Amino acid sequence: MTDVFFNGMFSGYVDDAQKFVESVKQTRREGKLSRHLNIRYEVNQDAIYIALDRNRVTRPLIVVKNKMSMLTKDKVDAIKSRSITWNTLVDQGVIEYLDAMEEEDALVALNENDLTDKHTHMEVNPVTIFGIGTSMVPYANFNQSSRLNRGQKTQKQAMGCYTLNYLNRMDTALDLLHYPQSPIVRSFSQNMIGEERSAGQNIVIAIINYDGYNMSDALVLNRASVERGLGRSTHFRPYITEKLRYPGGQIDDIKIPDKDIQGFTVERDYRLLNEDGIIYPEAVIKGGDVLIGKTSPPRFLGKLEVFSSAANIRKDTSVRTRYGEDGIVSKVVITENEDGSNLIKIDVRDSRAPEIGDKFSSRHGQKGIVGAIVPPQDLPFTASGIVPDVIFSPNGLPKRMTVAQLIEALGGKVGALAGRKIDGTPFQSESSKSLREQLLELGFRDDGTETMYDGRTGRQYTAKIFVGNMYYLRLKHQVADKIQARARGPVTLLTRQPTEGKAKEGGLRLGEMEKDSFVAHGASLLMKERFDSDKAIIWICGKCGDSAVHDAYRNKAYCLCGEKVNIHPIEMSYAFKLFLDELKSLHLKPKLGLGDVY
Amino acid sequence: MSNHSWLKSNLPEKIIEEIEQLAKAKKLSAAKKEELIERVKIRYSQMQLEPGEAIGIVSAQSIGEPGTQMTMRTFHFVGVSALNVTLGLPRIIEILDVRKEPKTPSMMIALKSSHNRSREAAEAVANKITEVEVSKVIKEINLDLIKQEIILVLDSEEARKYSSTPTQIYDNLLPLLKGNEVSKDGTRIIVKPKESDIKKLYKLKEKIKGLIISGIKGITHALPVVREEGENKTYVVQTFGSNLKGVFELDEVDYTKTTTNNLYEITKVFGIEAARQAIINELISVLEEQGMPVDIRHILLVADLMCVSGYLLGVTRHGVTSQKSSVLARASFEIPLQHLIYASVIGETDKLDSVVENIMVNQPIPVGTGMPDLIVKMDKTMQSKRSLDIPRIKDATESTKKPAVPKDIEVKA
Repeated sequence: MTDVFFNGMFSGYVDDAQKFVESVKQTRREGKLSRHLNIRYEVNQDAIYIALDRNRVTRPLIVVKNKMSMLTKDKVDAIKSRSITWNTLVDQGVIEYLDAMEEEDALVALNENDLTDKHTHMEVNPVTIFGIGTSMVPYANFNQSSRLNRGQKTQKQAMGCYTLNYLNRMDTALDLLHYPQSPIVRSFSQNMIGEERSAGQNIVIAIINYDGYNMSDALVLNRASVERGLGRSTHFRPYITEKLRYPGGQIDDIKIPDKDIQGFTVERDYRLLNEDGIIYPEAVIKGGDVLIGKTSPPRFLGKLEVFSSAANIRKDTSVRTRYGEDGIVSKVVITENEDGSNLIKIDVRDSRAPEIGDKFSSRHGQKGIVGAIVPPQDLPFTASGIVPDVIFSPNGLPKRMTVAQLIEALGGKVGALAGRKIDGTPFQSESSKSLREQLLELGFRDDGTETMYDGRTGRQYTAKIFVGNMYYLRLKHQVADKIQARARGPVTLLTRQPTEGKAKEGGLRLGEMEKDSFVAHGASLLMKERFDSDKAIIWICGKCGDSAVHDAYRNKAYCLCGEKVNIHPIEMSYAFKLFLDELKSLHLKPKLGLGDVY
Repeated sequence: MSNHSWLKSNLPEKIIEEIEQLAKAKKLSAAKKEELIERVKIRYSQMQLEPGEAIGIVSAQSIGEPGTQMTMRTFHFVGVSALNVTLGLPRIIEILDVRKEPKTPSMMIALKSSHNRSREAAEAVANKITEVEVSKVIKEINLDLIKQEIILVLDSEEARKYSSTPTQIYDNLLPLLKGNEVSKDGTRIIVKPKESDIKKLYKLKEKIKGLIISGIKGITHALPVVREEGENKTYVVQTFGSNLKGVFELDEVDYTKTTTNNLYEITKVFGIEAARQAIINELISVLEEQGMPVDIRHILLVADLMCVSGYLLGVTRHGVTSQKSSVLARASFEIPLQHLIYASVIGETDKLDSVVENIMVNQPIPVGTGMPDLIVKMDKTMQSKRSLDIPRIKDATESTKKPAVPKDIEVKA
């Protein structure tokens, strides 16, 4: 007696579980049950699970019986002649949809040659073992699987042109590649996505070291290529504010704030505002510039205070350009939100050419940042005068074993020379053997290497250098968004230590492990200097050890214990002073014993 | 070179001895030998640490860095594949925390020369010490409900593997089954409880199956393993489960070379010095097995720190950290409130003479460049004061007396 659960609910027993499951599957294949019904006999629990509910991911597989695919040649011909459709095949039980549960019991062959007695299904197409992102990696079956995961991940971060109505949109972060190209070496899923959704550019790479500028995964870019538009992009960022209404009839005011208002910075910051307090389109802005002038009533007003003079003290709550971000105002939208209050959105655009520190990647997880942008005359060139757009370090290859990267470069070279697109769909791609033959026919060495000359000296390299065409992606991580440095700046109120994070102009933390290395080097005084950011002079009573009062005006110190002479200014970190105060709040009284240093 | 003449007496005897031997072997002339000694002295002085070197932190980093690269769970086979001993990071944590019982206790039993020559001899010892349950040496166990008896049918072949005979098993069982009538009939042992109760009879039957008739308590497996030291091959016994005291009662065991991976047991049986050496050996072998050799001096420091108090202290808040004299240092490592409250109850004073406390108050730490009082020449009146015991005073008000600082050594704080 085996329990049967339907959509997770107990619904009866059957005597022979295996037989029952088989008959259900058979009935489904005959088209008498829903094609989305899935069933499994769970041996350990002695229970049968039938699922027909929503939100299960299912995938189509060809049914295999006795080492024979049910998709016979007749059926393939029939589809080709369009006398039957996909649905007919599903109805006939040639193709069925399995969910993750039923797939547990299936043994799926990749192709017809692999079929054995134990196989129950066969892939419709071997590519379907990959997801959308992974299947876009050309020649993926020549790569290590972990490289495919990374290749897929970088493709998701690639800049492209994912929307054509970007001028009407207000995405929180939109990076638009200026000249996206359709890849030369492509898998079939690239065709499915469409030409206008491309997210990269076809470039010429040479695999060679260029001094130290492409060590540790860095890339060297050709300045001429950059000037011709390689990897050029525009970054859009919206700034949004609402004209809020507050209890008590108060309301935000959109205008150029008066100079005497609380929080007003300097007049220069407000210079770009129109009379209505909003910036005009095409204004060139820098970090800190006001985009929307706004004043707000004081927060947390009591019932009566509304009528007092306190209600008239307004605060400057203007929207400012983020710290460290430049750009041009792209568009200004004034509208209403669902509550009926005014809504102002300002889109700022910033055109960005690749610079040192920007991230690029091939489709094989070979990501790296730009280490140098070199004038073309200093770059290596081939015998035919080709100067590569990108120089990729050969040291990235042996450990990662991204063979597909080399085949792609080879394919790209053939494609570029022959003027056609190369099919790199995993498992059914154009073979590297045929690519080599074609390359030979086109008048190049079949291994993709070429004689190259150093642009700086004009000397020929002793080794032949691998040159090929690849599809390169510009990733959305750019230095312009991340670069950050500080000498002085804001501190947090509680600890007086520097703020954290780029948006707050924060410092870079010298953390626990960094501290340890200072200690290990014995750099005691250097470390003290590093930790001086919250230095404080606290007046301490030498008699009672408690903190004393210092009257800076009369330059006299006294203690609550009555001591007036034996009081000293002690230098310590503010965090320690805070710690002492916290101990006091716990009713523990710390005393400081003073003494002379020397 | 003459600068180092003061070192002559400082060279360790062992090194001087080695030089003498080398000089003899290489037939060095007196002048050459003198030069060799001078050079050794220079090297020796170069190898010595300077005062103020932060050896603790350097050791911590030197052991910690390879630790980050270690794979979390690694099990490895020691000698024989049947013995699966915890190694890698979990083992290191186990050693440093001084767990009472390792996850996989194991002994390496050295045998006296009469028993370590052949595999058979070693295997005999291994079988002798392995725990043998009754269920391993019986063919069947039956209940006679009418007679209220339990009948064990012994398997003499199996028994022979554990070098015992039915008679021996019977003799061993007798003291374990007190309160029951036990009799022997060839290969059959009949157990009859005095009370007749079917439930109790069943329980007794299950109990008998699990009784240990021979071997040493705690040792579940034992296997002979070959040790090759140069030319000669010797056999030792590797065990799963550890019981040093039990094993030492056997005549075949060479107790001068037998070890266990249970540090706590070593402390109990051999004492703290042995435990220190055991910590060193275990740490080195684990690190080396992972292909991350760490300089032995770092490990020595840790081992010394763990054993200095005379009993084992783990590198935890209950162990080494709790021994720190500074309240602030203890409070900065786990459960701060308890330390602070306890310190206030007994009125502890923090002398601020170590690293952590001085970082907290942002004063120069007494390490490296923070130890000028070791370098600066001071007159006698000032030497009497321990300078780093006290918070630094920047510059007192006019009204207070000035600190007695001679102008020529004024160091800016």
